[in-house]
Amino acid sequence: MADPILDVRGVSKSFGAVTACRDIDLDVRPGEIHALIGPNGAGKSTLIKQVAGGLAPDSGRVFFDGQDVTGLPTAARARLGMGRTFQISSLAMEFTVLQNAVLGALGHRGGVFRFFRPAMKDAGLLARAREALDQVGLAEFEALRTSELSHGQRRQLEVAVALTLEPKVFLMDEPMAGLGAEGSHRLMAFLDSLRHKAPILLVEHDMDAVFTLADRVSVLVYGEIIATGTVDEIRANEQVRSAYLGDEALP
Amino acid sequence: MDRETGLNLALLGVMLAIPLWAMAADEPFLVTLTTRAVIFAIAGIGLNVALGFGGLVSFGHAAFFGVGGYAMGILASHAQGYMPLIEWPILVEGTKSMPVIWLTAICASALTAFAIGALSLRTAGVYFIMITLAFAQMLYYFAISWPAYGGEDGLSIYLRNAFPGLNTMDPIQFFAICYALLLAVLFLVARAARAPFGLMLNAARQNEDRVQAVGQTPYRLYLVAFTISGAITGLAGALFADLNRFVSPSMFSWQTSGEIMVFVILGGVGRVFGPVAGAALFVLLEHVLGGVSDYWHIYLGAILLAVVLYARGGIFGILTGRDTANG
Ligand SMILES: Nc1ncnc2c1ncn2[C@@H]1O[C@H](COP(=O)(O)OP(=O)(O)OP(=O)(O)O)[C@@H](O)[C@H]1O
Ligand SMILES: [Mg+2]
Repeated sequence: MADPILDVRGVSKSFGAVTACRDIDLDVRPGEIHALIGPNGAGKSTLIKQVAGGLAPDSGRVFFDGQDVTGLPTAARARLGMGRTFQISSLAMEFTVLQNAVLGALGHRGGVFRFFRPAMKDAGLLARAREALDQVGLAEFEALRTSELSHGQRRQLEVAVALTLEPKVFLMDEPMAGLGAEGSHRLMAFLDSLRHKAPILLVEHDMDAVFTLADRVSVLVYGEIIATGTVDEIRANEQVRSAYLGDEALP
Repeated sequence: MDRETGLNLALLGVMLAIPLWAMAADEPFLVTLTTRAVIFAIAGIGLNVALGFGGLVSFGHAAFFGVGGYAMGILASHAQGYMPLIEWPILVEGTKSMPVIWLTAICASALTAFAIGALSLRTAGVYFIMITLAFAQMLYYFAISWPAYGGEDGLSIYLRNAFPGLNTMDPIQFFAICYALLLAVLFLVARAARAPFGLMLNAARQNEDRVQAVGQTPYRLYLVAFTISGAITGLAGALFADLNRFVSPSMFSWQTSGEIMVFVILGGVGRVFGPVAGAALFVLLEHVLGGVSDYWHIYLGAILLAVVLYARGGIFGILTGRDTANG
């Protein structure tokens, strides 16, 4: 089995009396989609933040590509190859769709401290940005102001910006929320093919999507991972059924 | 050519036409007045790099305006008194050469801005406003209590500094120098605003998380922006000192910081040409209202309030019908 690209070991985080993450172990291996599911407030986003940076764990370590990144700032982790999408879209809202994508391409390429040639006329950046927009189905909206996009489209743009970073792992916090049936299916098909480029840690509420896409699933409940396994193992897991999935028919 | 470009060119045209006409009509005072507007515009363009593009609300840009002014005052006073600036370990003489003075002013104010920025940018919001104000006040009191360079009374320079091939004491020739510098600064800032640096800085103003997620560090962008911002305002300070042939601690005062901010807000925050319009309007109001009442600042305050409340894009926002400069 290939070494994990991302390895979370014993991470805990509390906010006052609320324990959002308790001694979490989780890894993401090359070529896989690892879905992280759990009810609202389980601590999924909190875990993503500790992996991507911006929130320091109370204890535990995060290893990425063989390196301990626990103390690194967010920007450094992004440069090492973490491509993150936010649960609540976090884009430059005054920019056009294309500008946001170029921003990603620029951040990845570097050379930010250049003061003379227009960024939006840089053929290399534009090509990378347009390719990413095309991949998520936003090509025709490139001239739109980001604030004019629907919530679903903003999610797509988040994914597109992450693509421009050519990351070694994707960290996606509910990329399909608000997308509608058609958009969801399109994005699902895309993520399905994306895993071969870089593995994905996927937080998702849409169970159809999770059970179709995921190679492995981890179930987070009240800050604890109660099970990790293949889709079939998770479906069959009694604890998961009672704690989270309920007894309704599972997909 | 879109409407905003047309307005920009019209504005530059008017600022060139007024002194030319005034010279023909033998009204040197109007030339000087327009020169004042041009210099204020440069100061405002400087602040706009921090405030407009980076969202850094500095209430301490008088620090850089003053450093630029004193760079001129110190160099020129040594030169006119035939006193070397430094004798040991190397001999450094004063100078009356404008280009050398500008370069010194730019470097000194850039260094000051780098130092103040490196400390202040660790804070944000109201704290940033207060700490930049505090640094400028420190320099203000320092200038007041520095007898070697005039203390409270400031420094008088008898003759304007020299520029090769020009008679700088002639108002229209000095205007031409300032106007040319304005064009150069506008050009460079407009380029930088569209360059990778400007794009990333603008993004940081809108959303720091986004900038970090694409692997960049907002603090560094801010620090570079603040340094450039201070350097431009410092250049304006040197020109202002030369215009008046006088430097005083009031260049460091918080009122000066406020006025520079007014140029930017009146004109339209975040637009390259905004401060030009703002400074022109400010000088116009200062002249017209100042003639009507000693308390003209009250009217200015009312106008400013109206702009902030009803026209967030400043004059340019009103004239172009757009709030921001993007997209
Ligand atoms: N900054 C914070 N300060 C205090 N409490 C927080 C903070 N961030 C998260 N929490 C709490 O931690 C718990 C986990 O939140 P988190 O956002 O990680 O859940 P989630 O699994 O992502 O939920 P959702 O499915 O709704 O997105 C919640 O109880 C939340 O209220
Ligand atoms: Mg969440």
